[in-house]
Amino acid sequence: MKTARSMVLVSADPESIRRGSEKIYSTFQEELSQLGLQDEISLSWLSDSGRHNALPMVVIYPEAVIYGPITPEDVPYIVEEHLNKGRIASSLVAPIHELSGRIAWLSSRKGTLPAEKRIVLERAGIINPEDVQDYILHNGYKALGKVLITMNPLDVLNEVDASGLKGRGGAGFPTGQKWRFVSKATSNKKYVICNADESEPGTFKDRLVLEGDPHSIIEAMAIAGYAVGADEGYIYIRGEYALAQERMRLAISQAQELGLLGDNIFNSGFNFNIHVHSGAGAYICGEETALIESIEGKRGEPRSRPPYPTTNGLWKKPTLVNNVETLANIPAIIRKGASWYRSIGTPKSPGTKVYTILGNVNATGLIEVQMGITLREVITIYAHGMKGNSTFKLAQTGGSSGSIIPASLQDTPMDFESFNKAGVALGSGALLICNEDTCIVDLCKVLVNFFKNESCGKCNPCRIGNDRAYQILSNIAEGVGTMQDMKDLESIEMYLYQMSNCGLGQTAGTPIKDTLSHFRAEVEAHIKLKICPTGVCRMSGHKVN
Amino acid sequence: MSTVKTLEDLKRIREEAIEKRKAKAISGEVQVIVGMGTCGIAAGARDAMKAILDVIEINNLSGIIVTQTGCIGLCEKEPIVQVVLGEQSKVTYGKVTPEVAIKIMKEHVDGGKPVQSHVITLT
Repeated sequence: MKTARSMVLVSADPESIRRGSEKIYSTFQEELSQLGLQDEISLSWLSDSGRHNALPMVVIYPEAVIYGPITPEDVPYIVEEHLNKGRIASSLVAPIHELSGRIAWLSSRKGTLPAEKRIVLERAGIINPEDVQDYILHNGYKALGKVLITMNPLDVLNEVDASGLKGRGGAGFPTGQKWRFVSKATSNKKYVICNADESEPGTFKDRLVLEGDPHSIIEAMAIAGYAVGADEGYIYIRGEYALAQERMRLAISQAQELGLLGDNIFNSGFNFNIHVHSGAGAYICGEETALIESIEGKRGEPRSRPPYPTTNGLWKKPTLVNNVETLANIPAIIRKGASWYRSIGTPKSPGTKVYTILGNVNATGLIEVQMGITLREVITIYAHGMKGNSTFKLAQTGGSSGSIIPASLQDTPMDFESFNKAGVALGSGALLICNEDTCIVDLCKVLVNFFKNESCGKCNPCRIGNDRAYQILSNIAEGVGTMQDMKDLESIEMYLYQMSNCGLGQTAGTPIKDTLSHFRAEVEAHIKLKICPTGVCRMSGHKVN
Repeated sequence: MSTVKTLEDLKRIREEAIEKRKAKAISGEVQVIVGMGTCGIAAGARDAMKAILDVIEINNLSGIIVTQTGCIGLCEKEPIVQVVLGEQSKVTYGKVTPEVAIKIMKEHVDGGKPVQSHVITLT
């Protein structure tokens, strides 16, 4: 993929082809080369766009303008107006009332460059994380003051509910609802836990917040504590994040000195204290009940649910467990209001999402963008294209437990609803971008090996299933797989999902499922033809076990 | 700093910080900010920081404040160093090795001319 100044996508679903989108494509080719623009503007097919009212259609990036329905005769006009003169050919823009869902959203922001929108990372990398004054200078602790002085707990719950914020740890559970559950539970003691055990491979968004803006988490936890009626909080930071722990401890002591933590904060009678708890390097402790067990000093094994932590959590008391990124959104929501937050992102998934981009792209790093941006946009705009002009083959979202997304889904907006509909998961926000040199069997093997090692061993499906799946995949990679192996993998995947005790086992089968549903032919090539199409697997012909 | 009990207290701390910042800018003070998140440190931010401090010590420079910040999200460009000269706007440098850091200190902090070859634009 070359980095071009504009990108033209022509819809390629069966209906568009029937209505002549191939002719549209070739007309674009002719027109562009006539004007000598073929090197500046990339032309490709648009994978399934999900809507059929305005077909055939053409989408032009970076403006994200949708034209449709168009005929080959319209093409010269679009090329002349939009690509040559840089004006939007408004007479051909698809009418919004004919579109709905994801495309309607896409067209509602036409004409704007999808720039980064920073809420969670607003201050990280700008302020000195070891200076509380610098945080206060950037509107810090304003939200806490506002909450404690002018709002009652119910107002806070309503505000968070109205914002539509969803948990950013991977599952996407509505945050306001979770807060309400804890608030309703009756108990003499409640806890707030910040889950900072970020151990999904490839994810490091929480580290950035913890290291760059630790006070925002303290502020958010105190707000959460006030809303649900808790007076004690824990931040469970993974053991490898030594710097994050150090900065968090320093930030807590600074907040205590200023009276922003402790007794009678802002003279409101509200008390709140926070402890830092260090993890010890177990992936399973990112699961909320295992995390709670670990804080209690026990072995990190997940509990059976129900009862849920919202009623029986830490030391059997109602406990609110939220991810770092979720909490980092809270002060901004309180300061600027729920309706402001609603105006960002998609209607059903408001707000932004932080992604860590890694893999075969030109620019790796972190971005925070509005919900609903597509993978294609992330790769071409923020990641500056694929490395060495290679071809995009798949993306792995959300670390090991996320989905493997084939190139055909790269035009799906990245928000919780659209991804659910497409049968994939958004996960925690890691985007591992792979080019055509990646072997799907090898990738799947690596991911399953991770789960095999990290399974806590409490329940059989996960402990034995992952081990067996790894054996089978290794055999396929050595060229001794059989067609029965594929069936076995399918049933292991099903049992993992249906019978495992916790989220680790339930999601461990995702890579297998995605591999078999999107890349079946490649796996079959390993089995039937005994070749690895990418030349990655050893194919030694010896059984491993 | 005294404890914060009302929104006025918070506002006061904020105003103090703004005042301090203004005074710094007017007096032409130089701020050198080094990105010291885990990614920055892994890429060699400590070496860059050390080189900067060495330059200040050897040449006995004054009026320069060296501070740290977290990661800004451009992990690929680490180590990142930002320089603010008095009231001028911030200049961001990427891939700052100790040699580049010394160059920045000499040409930009001392000479007032940004080292264009290492400037990165934030989008």
